[in-house]
Amino acid sequence: MKSIIRIMAVLRKEFLQLSRDRLTFGMIVGIPLMQLLMFGYAIDTDVRNLTAAYADEADTHLSRQFIADIAASQVINLGRRVETVQDLNRLMDAGAISIGVYVPEDFDRRIIERDRSAVQLLVDGTDPIILGVAQQLTALPIRFDSQTALVPVPSMEVRNYYNPERRSAVNIVPGLVGVILTMTMVMFTAVAIVREKERGNMELLINTPIKTPELMLGKIIPYVLIGLIQLVIVLGMGGYFFKVPILGSYSQLLTASLVFIGANLALGLLLSTLATTQFQAMQMTFFVFLPSILLSGFMFPFDGMPPIAQYIAELLPLTHFNRLIRGIILRGADISSMWDELLALLAFMVITLTLAIARFSKRLD
Amino acid sequence: MNSRAIAISATGLTRKFGSLIAVNEVDLEIPAGTIYGFLGPNGSGKSTTIRMLCGLLTPSAGTATVMGMDTVKESEALKQHIGYMTQRFALFEDLTVRENLRFISEVYALPRAKRRPRVDQLLEEFSLVAQVKQRAGTLSGGQKQRLALAAATLHEPKILFLDEPTSAVDPQNRRDFWEKLFEMAERGTTILVSTHYMDEAARCHRLAILDQGVKVADGSPKELGENIGYNVIEVVADNPNGARLSLSDNPAFTSITQLGVRLRVLVSKRVPDALGQVKLNLREAQIRAEADQVFPDLEDIFMAVTEERRKGLAI
Repeated sequence: MKSIIRIMAVLRKEFLQLSRDRLTFGMIVGIPLMQLLMFGYAIDTDVRNLTAAYADEADTHLSRQFIADIAASQVINLGRRVETVQDLNRLMDAGAISIGVYVPEDFDRRIIERDRSAVQLLVDGTDPIILGVAQQLTALPIRFDSQTALVPVPSMEVRNYYNPERRSAVNIVPGLVGVILTMTMVMFTAVAIVREKERGNMELLINTPIKTPELMLGKIIPYVLIGLIQLVIVLGMGGYFFKVPILGSYSQLLTASLVFIGANLALGLLLSTLATTQFQAMQMTFFVFLPSILLSGFMFPFDGMPPIAQYIAELLPLTHFNRLIRGIILRGADISSMWDELLALLAFMVITLTLAIARFSKRLD
Repeated sequence: MNSRAIAISATGLTRKFGSLIAVNEVDLEIPAGTIYGFLGPNGSGKSTTIRMLCGLLTPSAGTATVMGMDTVKESEALKQHIGYMTQRFALFEDLTVRENLRFISEVYALPRAKRRPRVDQLLEEFSLVAQVKQRAGTLSGGQKQRLALAAATLHEPKILFLDEPTSAVDPQNRRDFWEKLFEMAERGTTILVSTHYMDEAARCHRLAILDQGVKVADGSPKELGENIGYNVIEVVADNPNGARLSLSDNPAFTSITQLGVRLRVLVSKRVPDALGQVKLNLREAQIRAEADQVFPDLEDIFMAVTEERRKGLAI
């Protein structure tokens, strides 16, 4: 009974303080909005309109038809025509273009005899995404208006599941939920407790009969709510702006999110027991945040990473949450088919929380 | 002091931070219902001692009991019975006065029906009624201090630890504050207060003088004055600076402190006829001045005991 009074007291205090802390309040809403719009609009891995130039040394009816077809694909923006392949090289070196299309003099002959590639694509391979676009272009069939077409039959066909329109946002928005929660949940709790240490409030608190778990629960619960608000913002906006559907069940989505929020809050608490200043707490947050964002499968596909990175990624809550939320939202998967991911999150939460409570001392030494 | 129960006792209390010995084998015996002062300069170990007595710091050596409870093993049970006012304002600056007190009343889990009346009573008692809706961060130094004391006494502790409670407070507020302390002591509360103000220390029933972590003297202010190994000669001169210079050459005079036109000269009791010596010295330097032997005040005591300790260490 006394425990409940004390937990409620801390809860009330946290809410009062939160409602008066405009900066934090702004971050709660601002961070998800900013990141969603940034990732959703700016970061589009489905590349279009790459700057390009071409050198058409053949300049025949067929070659002009070919250039027009490429331009129509909108994948590259064939803005300039230059005379020779050397000109293309120069533009590439200067960074003015990412792709150069070189049509050799004997273009028509090559097409008809089909013994060698008819066209060369010069690609700035420093960016793998551009290289990928170039690969796409090579699949473009070349039409022969003047002859009976030999329609090439590709050996493999792609069947696109879950994201038929190939929109990046569909992949990014659910991933963003986890990224935003990792960033804000860990940081808010770590900073909230370290701030009280810095301001001297902690010395008063630890001299009262309040128990460590009571203090921690009272501090965590408001942030669970904030996490849920952020979840609603990101998914709501994701649905509104980017038409990201939620195929799975809402209650399973909530379950996965709650466990994930809990894991991050526990981590924040643990960091707060290690940091002595708010600045240190922030630094530690980034120490967790960077590997999370890079290794969790949010940015790069998990399977493509080297084994060591995969091991590290398995330790991060975000990796498991990404699998869960993408499964539920995009594939409409049932959580029971991913119980091991949920279990991993739960285990992370319990271990971290135990460590945090054990490390948090009601003493100053 | 009569044979009242001992509220706080410590034996060989020591605390080290790395190689620094912040508190060095301090023994204490504080009877219930007294106002006990810790007098000492910054860094003398006052705060560290108080924190150990509250159970916030674990002693490196020695033991302490407060109300018969061990400060290490029974620190959680102890917290219900002690109040602690930190040196720095520790309440929440972004909460109002009432919200702060309400929070404290809930953290101590006062019965629901008693919480609001108790908070109202404290607001009245500490003259904070006009400030109930004001955020604590915007209060004046004196108001903050009253709020902190109200919070520390909300659960009616038997023992109150006050760590330099009046450092940011004007003289009028300090006087009111001390009146509060006397009232509480009369009602049976034991108060341990640290200070570096001599006048405050003089109001304590008993006090301990701390210097570099060592308790160099303790007793009532009067006892301390009687027991120091020095006579105090007060010199009033038209040219106090010249008088000070003329006296400072004589090694018999341990310390000379100037207070406006007055000088206070400490002379070891081993030196015979201290007053005569001072007068002789002044006459030889042809300085017009009056000299009298006076009863040592706390500053003299403080100078004397720290001086003795430094000398002891030098040998």
